[in-house]
Amino acid sequence: MYNLIGAGIIVIGAGFGLGQIGGKAMEGIARQPEAAGKIQTAMIIVAALLEGLAFGALILGK
Amino acid sequence: MKIFQRSFKFLALVVLVFLSTTIYANTSTEDGGQVDTREEVDAYIAHHLQDSHDFSFFSYTNDEGERKHAGFPLPVILWSSEGLVTFMSSEFHHNDDGHVIVEKNGLKFAKIHSKIYELEAGATAVNFDAEHHATNASRVLDFSITKSVVGILVIGLLMFFWFSRLAKQYKNKKIPTGFGRVLEPLVIYVRDEIAKPNIGDKHYRKFTGYLLTVFFFIWLLNMVGLTPLGFNVTGQIAVTACLAIFTLIIYAFSGNKDFWVHILWMPGVPYLIRPILAVIELVGTFVIKPFSLLVRLFANITAGHTVIMALIAIMFVMKDSLGVAGATGLSFVLSVLIMFIEVLVAFLQAYIFTMLSALFIGMAVAEHDHDHEHDAHGHKIPDAQDVRGDFI
Repeated sequence: MYNLIGAGIIVIGAGFGLGQIGGKAMEGIARQPEAAGKIQTAMIIVAALLEGLAFGALILGK
Repeated sequence: MKIFQRSFKFLALVVLVFLSTTIYANTSTEDGGQVDTREEVDAYIAHHLQDSHDFSFFSYTNDEGERKHAGFPLPVILWSSEGLVTFMSSEFHHNDDGHVIVEKNGLKFAKIHSKIYELEAGATAVNFDAEHHATNASRVLDFSITKSVVGILVIGLLMFFWFSRLAKQYKNKKIPTGFGRVLEPLVIYVRDEIAKPNIGDKHYRKFTGYLLTVFFFIWLLNMVGLTPLGFNVTGQIAVTACLAIFTLIIYAFSGNKDFWVHILWMPGVPYLIRPILAVIELVGTFVIKPFSLLVRLFANITAGHTVIMALIAIMFVMKDSLGVAGATGLSFVLSVLIMFIEVLVAFLQAYIFTMLSALFIGMAVAEHDHDHEHDAHGHKIPDAQDVRGDFI
């Protein structure tokens, strides 16, 4: 039961973080469309790091 | 004409694979082959995610109520107490609960939950205790050619064939033909977008080979995992751990003096903090970086396979409430949609693994001396690149 609640909290946090990353990257691209490639790469790296954390927590909490 | 020849070769290969497909019966009949309850769906998904000793395409129950499996067996290679023992996995008759005993070289073997056990001398059947652990049998060293090993070998051979052909075509100063035209832009993408910006113009050539190998290995195995063949190679934690250890070895052994100085005796911070930072950096370099690489790939692929299998299982679970046609249609639509996402994830995970490997290698070989400023005491002032390195 508690691990399910924990998994839910992890997913909420990860979703919030991914939303922040995606939203800020969109803003950045809209401001500077010529830097879209660099912003995208950095966005994917940060998203991957966040995802690794979230998955790690999900696996450890399972 | 050429197309005709190619398709003939392909057809011949398909016929060869299906000719070697044998149908063999399961001796235990308690499994009726119906997947109805939640527990059975869970067991079915867990079984798919595991590696197995034989290739099984589908199974059905014939008129006599016997369970038949269509697929082909794979060789079992064991290092037992009496040395090397080999036999085909068909001798287990698709049994997975230790009831079928295979006798070879005077030793007895049983398969329990995809793991092979050697029975003690004199024992004729496996005894289980209350927690369903075998009491009179022990695990043997298993070097079998399992399903995952077959996947790795097939993809390895294909990659060897494709890329040696591509390399030969460049030697003749011609543009690539055939499948090489698909591979060339990907190779250039990995070189120019992953290796060069992350490792730097000076060192990238040395590591591009490894990055390309890892990229295509993960990408192709992810894609093969989405076919109905039932491979789940990059979802095996041993495989991803091995790949992460390769990256660890490469960046640990190609790290220059600056890299180790920045780990063990971080310049530009107070002396009292340096030992604490050294501990954090050592843990980060040798544990957290490879661990994040291996967990990310493993968890993503496992999660993807679980979702696809769960959507397929909708067919069985909801057939009472929606009717057979409704449940099948719902399952089909959802599976197709998630499959598109999974194709994207297959590429993205290969890209991210390669990208982070390149980033870690780049941090190990980066040369700081030229762009560092020194303060009055000769301490280096960290630049933006160092700060980035500290956060990852």
